[in-house]
Amino acid sequence: MRISKKYNTYRSGFVLFLTTALLISCGAPAFYATAIEGKKLPISAEYSNNHAIEDYVAPYRTHINKDLDSVLVYCPETMDKTNTINGWQTTIGNLLADVTFDKAATLIKTRENRNLDICLLNHGGIRSVIAKGPVTARTAFEVMPFENSLMVVALKGEQVMEMAQYIAREKKPHPLAGMLIVLDENDSVKTVTIQGKPLQPEKIYNIATSDYLVNGGDSMTFLGNAVATYDLTYKLRDVYIDYFKEVDTLPIIRTERIVTQKP
Amino acid sequence: MKRREFIQKTAAGSALVLGGLSLSSFAEPETKKITILHTNDVHSHIDPFPIDDPKFPNMGGAARRASLIEQVRREEPNVLLLDAGDVFQGTPYFNYYGGELEFKLMSMMQYDLATMGNHDFDNGIDGFKLQLPHAKFDFVCANYNFKNTVLDGIVKPYKIFYKDGLKIGIFGLGIELNGLVNKNLYKETVYNDPIGTAQDMARTLRHTEKCDLVICLSHLGFIYANEPNKVSDLVLARATKDIDLIIGGHTHTFLTKPYIEKNSAGEEVIINQVGCYGINVGRIDFTFEKGKKSKMGSKTISV
Repeated sequence: MRISKKYNTYRSGFVLFLTTALLISCGAPAFYATAIEGKKLPISAEYSNNHAIEDYVAPYRTHINKDLDSVLVYCPETMDKTNTINGWQTTIGNLLADVTFDKAATLIKTRENRNLDICLLNHGGIRSVIAKGPVTARTAFEVMPFENSLMVVALKGEQVMEMAQYIAREKKPHPLAGMLIVLDENDSVKTVTIQGKPLQPEKIYNIATSDYLVNGGDSMTFLGNAVATYDLTYKLRDVYIDYFKEVDTLPIIRTERIVTQKP
Repeated sequence: MKRREFIQKTAAGSALVLGGLSLSSFAEPETKKITILHTNDVHSHIDPFPIDDPKFPNMGGAARRASLIEQVRREEPNVLLLDAGDVFQGTPYFNYYGGELEFKLMSMMQYDLATMGNHDFDNGIDGFKLQLPHAKFDFVCANYNFKNTVLDGIVKPYKIFYKDGLKIGIFGLGIELNGLVNKNLYKETVYNDPIGTAQDMARTLRHTEKCDLVICLSHLGFIYANEPNKVSDLVLARATKDIDLIIGGHTHTFLTKPYIEKNSAGEEVIINQVGCYGINVGRIDFTFEKGKKSKMGSKTISV
């Protein structure tokens, strides 16, 4: 029996009608639930595949796999978030921050006529390596499996200072672009430079980030105090996929964004 | 198929006989059985998990789920197949096809009814509506007011099913969307208090519609440990009456067995939720007996 096959609803409907009509006409007593039994049925390999479903899914699966596995760009060297550059940045974090900065800068300029200053993502949000060799859309799904989308928040300079202090305190190589944080030997924030200029506490800065972080993810509470928020309705994964399609070879970016100054 | 027809004919035949002998005291009490099968938070999981998956190795999969459902349907004549929301989002099947395949497969499995989860708004309320032609089953949600949206008149508060002469009323409840879903996705959908809505719905279905069975299909979540007063299935069960079964979702709670809670009238309510990603199907069988009104405690519940 194929699952898609419909039962004869007219007949069963008629039977139901008859049954109901007879019961009502004779004034039969009502039915009451007297016993209830509940259980959980795990879907394991002991159930065979239903052929109708399997055959129906096959062309969809083939199309997705073909698309996900088509090569978009070449990666010359494995980028792994656990390999840091002086503890404060990674090649994968630098790449994702720079790419996200560029896409967000273009969009916020066109849509809101604003200039982007900074991009901040989270180290924990990088979920996989980009291995040396061909890079596919599947790689983007592995690096960014979440449905997070790109947002721009406007923060006052003093909140940007909080951001720098948060990064120094967390001691994590969060992906960062547009900003240089100089730490002293105790990892306290010494100076903050944005787009090559010193941070001004009263100035408003535009920061590209993810909706996850704006909504309080990773305790980046300073992002919640934004004076303005712009949802760019662009998934971070799509930001990466679109970039992968634009270039032939991924750059290995080693520039430092957070520097510890030796005494 | 033949077996099902046979059972239905037999049921009609026995009703006829009983009708003729309804005054006789020696007539055996007739019993009827309703089987509820349910899923929640399947999140576009169509393929089984890989054999080396750390959490759910070689579990789930739509084609296997269909076989399981088919097997139960072969054994039981009165099956209702329900889903408690978050059909969408979680695998590239959703990213590529926007939920089309999920709805088509659920239709092939002959789902009877579903409620909406927050992720079912992920492509916007318009994205959801766009896929509805692929669903040969209805969605219900009583506490979302869709009046000023594209779903007005399409997603209704409840639906009534007739099985073997029994009347089964099922209503839906959705979670607060503000803070969980972008406003530009759910648009003018208005969220109303689930408890008040549920009490009204249950009263309508039990007393006005005179349903034999009242089921709530909820995407409120089972319980919130850090916020015990936040509306959840447990809070709902305690605060209302006239609901027999709450089928839940949202919190991805893998209950080892259905949970039994006392309602505001001291009667037992069954709550069930079977985790997520199509790893399990829940099954609840209700046996009905003629004329045996269940008093408190006279119901046998085995879970």
